[in-house]
Amino acid sequence: MAGVAVSTTINGDSVEYLCQPDETLLDVLRDRLGLTGVKEGCGTGDCGACSIILDDRLVCSCLVLGAEAEGRRVETVEGMAHGDRLHPLQQKFLEHAALQCGICTPGFLIAAKDLLAKNPDPSEEEIRFGLAGNLCRCTGYDKIVRAVQDAANVMKGA
Amino acid sequence: MNFDPRFSTRNFASVGTRPIRPDGVDKVTGRARYGADFNMAGQLVGRVLRSPHAHATIRKIDTSKAEKLPGVKAVITAADLSDLTDGDAAMYDILDNCMARTKALYDGHAVAAVAAVDARTARQALKLIEVDYELLPHVTDVDEAMKHSAPLINDAIFTEGLEEKPVKPSNVTKRSQFGHGDVHQGFGHADFIVERSFKTEQTHQGYIEPHACVASVSSDGTADLWVCTQGHFVYRQHCAQLLGMEASKLRVTSSEIGGGFGGKTHVWAEPVALALSRKAGRPVKLVMTRDEVFRASGPTSATSIDVKIGARKDGTITAAEATLRYSCGPYPGSWAEIGAMTAFACYKLENVKTVGYEVLVNRPKTAAYRAPSAPMAAFAVESAVDELAKEIGMDPVDFRIRNAAQEGTRSSYGPVYGPIGIGPTLEAVKNHPHMKAPLGKNQGRGMACGFWFNFGGQTCTDLNIGMDGSVSLAVGTVDVGGSRASLSLVAAEELGIAYEQVKAIVADTSSLGYNDMTDGSRGTFSSSMATISAARNAIKVLRERAAQMWDIAVDDVVWEQGHAVAKGEKHGNLGKLSLKEIAAASGKTGGPIAGHSELVADGAGVSFATHICDIEVDPETGATRVLRYTVVQDAGKAVHPTYVEGQYQGGAAQGIGWALNEEYIYGKDGRLQNPGFLDYRIPVCSDLPMIDTQILEIPNPNHPYGVRGVGETSIVPPLAAIANAVSNAAGVRMSHIPMSPPRILAAIEAERAG
Repeated sequence: MAGVAVSTTINGDSVEYLCQPDETLLDVLRDRLGLTGVKEGCGTGDCGACSIILDDRLVCSCLVLGAEAEGRRVETVEGMAHGDRLHPLQQKFLEHAALQCGICTPGFLIAAKDLLAKNPDPSEEEIRFGLAGNLCRCTGYDKIVRAVQDAANVMKGA
Repeated sequence: MNFDPRFSTRNFASVGTRPIRPDGVDKVTGRARYGADFNMAGQLVGRVLRSPHAHATIRKIDTSKAEKLPGVKAVITAADLSDLTDGDAAMYDILDNCMARTKALYDGHAVAAVAAVDARTARQALKLIEVDYELLPHVTDVDEAMKHSAPLINDAIFTEGLEEKPVKPSNVTKRSQFGHGDVHQGFGHADFIVERSFKTEQTHQGYIEPHACVASVSSDGTADLWVCTQGHFVYRQHCAQLLGMEASKLRVTSSEIGGGFGGKTHVWAEPVALALSRKAGRPVKLVMTRDEVFRASGPTSATSIDVKIGARKDGTITAAEATLRYSCGPYPGSWAEIGAMTAFACYKLENVKTVGYEVLVNRPKTAAYRAPSAPMAAFAVESAVDELAKEIGMDPVDFRIRNAAQEGTRSSYGPVYGPIGIGPTLEAVKNHPHMKAPLGKNQGRGMACGFWFNFGGQTCTDLNIGMDGSVSLAVGTVDVGGSRASLSLVAAEELGIAYEQVKAIVADTSSLGYNDMTDGSRGTFSSSMATISAARNAIKVLRERAAQMWDIAVDDVVWEQGHAVAKGEKHGNLGKLSLKEIAAASGKTGGPIAGHSELVADGAGVSFATHICDIEVDPETGATRVLRYTVVQDAGKAVHPTYVEGQYQGGAAQGIGWALNEEYIYGKDGRLQNPGFLDYRIPVCSDLPMIDTQILEIPNPNHPYGVRGVGETSIVPPLAAIANAVSNAAGVRMSHIPMSPPRILAAIEAERAG
């Protein structure tokens, strides 16, 4: 099968790659571009571990084709920190121990970033529903919700 | 190592604080490498072909077409994995589970595997493998499988543990019994007796990271395996044995692990990946799909349990009895035995008897899931305990306090307890504001207790002091949720230095002696014991070096708060030497400074918890909502309290999913109908409330700081606590887990119909 040439922007950088027409963006990010911070938990859009932001929209990268990234902007967990300065969400996830195994963390961080971009002052219920597309099996979500609340407060004050 | 009573009054400097974990930044930036995040040059993609049948004889497998497909580098079947188990039945079962040898025993059982240049070629190759199956009758239900009329899964199995050896083979592999006293007599003294039957469905650990590994076998007979596992030393042993290798020639590196909960304690794909790599002569990466994780890896037992408990009017239990039937998948296990041991462990009983039956079914091989077997037994017992309290007219908490086990109680499974936390957790619950909060319409409150043994096991740790005074701690217990932080705290505590001065890693199998896997809540318990021992050995060296630097007798040097101090009036002018100063001089005083420890961490303190929960039930639909949840558990000593809370919350959340929603659903054809996160629905963020925690600290007498394992017990009470809450809210006793809306609605309607 002939490859598809794609020009896109990932975490602010111009990137070009060749992918198969049936290859998911998740596989492109992980296997071709080495962005293994994007995780595969199910491959069917049920767990949210592969969450990315595509042109300001939160999506599961396992449900997007690599070819569909043409001309668009992709944000992954690898683009959240500025140099050695962590994003407030990353910092608060650490402070609140909002991760145990950490496999779901990149997806949660991206989903939370998208949530706070659209709703800078969410209630607990809005956070819970905003993050309901991401599965965590370790934490019971308690510390994740608290970390997002705390990060929202910090970001409002910034 | 015994508890040092000085620690009960000691002010810990590091232990008990809540610093950021050392592996944290890598995990929030995407840099941490999990099982599927590792790659090697020239690596192939491995895929496994699985049986779509619940029970079938494999007549023939034709791989010739797949082998001819361009890009396919190796195809294997059981024929490529010779039986080297040498009469070891348990290892033979592991081998057969990795790749079916003569029969496919469940939907999802591996029958062949390929390695190809890319995923698409590998998938195509699987389709070209022709398997000739002869279908056999199957059985997936635990009660059905026990019937004489049930299809036999293994005709070489005769029930063990019976007084007379049976003449006919059976799906019941073993009977086990525990208890003491005379239950018949005990029931004779009872004023009230409750007798109930319960069922629980099969659940999965539901870790978000599928099993993944990269195997590389070299032509010189050495091999490397990168894998997400709870126990890389155990994986090495099993893989080496199954592949006929010397263990030392197989180096296993544990990746970051994306959840295990007991499910990553058994090899499945790893021997297959190694066999593929050996045949192809190239590294092979094998990652399970989510469908494969559900169909082929570690579910719990499904259970069927009868409980009978009798008590006098004053609330004293006179006798307790349970019969527990646990499914094992198609291979023998000891799951009912564990259930039978834990069932009544919370109580002080004069007459108690439990009997367990291990039952073969055509489902995936049962694997451990967080305090394996205990939640189901606790569900049955704690539901009956609530019913009995109601019949007597006693408050369920007071009834449990009256009968709670204490120090000196002979447990229902044999041993006599030391200091334990069941009474204190119950007292804490009794006094908790949650118990006094008002409830609304259609709302109910439930509480329940839980027990888990905890485990110690073989442990090996190295502590190396760098010339700059920083400390490298190498442990062999996989970090499943923050143990590098807790072990760094322990090393800092013992050495008297700052937490930030310690860097803990999980070493590979070639760098450290054997360690049992991280199971039985042993990670922090056992490795902290070994870390303390290693640090004390290092301190001995540090004192010797200081003595050398001062040219005094080593007996005159003590270690205080990170410094060597010269004791005695004649040394009054010597001041003190910091760890850093001693380390800096080490090149001239005898070379590197290190402390090592190899031990069997005996004396894991048993663990108890009591949970409270409030549930609202919609009587029209049977839907439930968890309104409030509180966990009270004894930690012995909480090393990193935030991660202890995390263990309490995580176990409770898993228990909530199990109680209300999660179950394996099999069709009449014996196929799993919900092998995905859409249809096997684990709790999401919007399903749960905040989960409150209360940590009690009743020191474990067998650990220098009093530490007990904390990871597992938190999943034991939820099934029962929630069942009691739902039963109170719906006004009808729920006896079948999960309490999904259709089951609750059916129970309400049956009650209405009278």
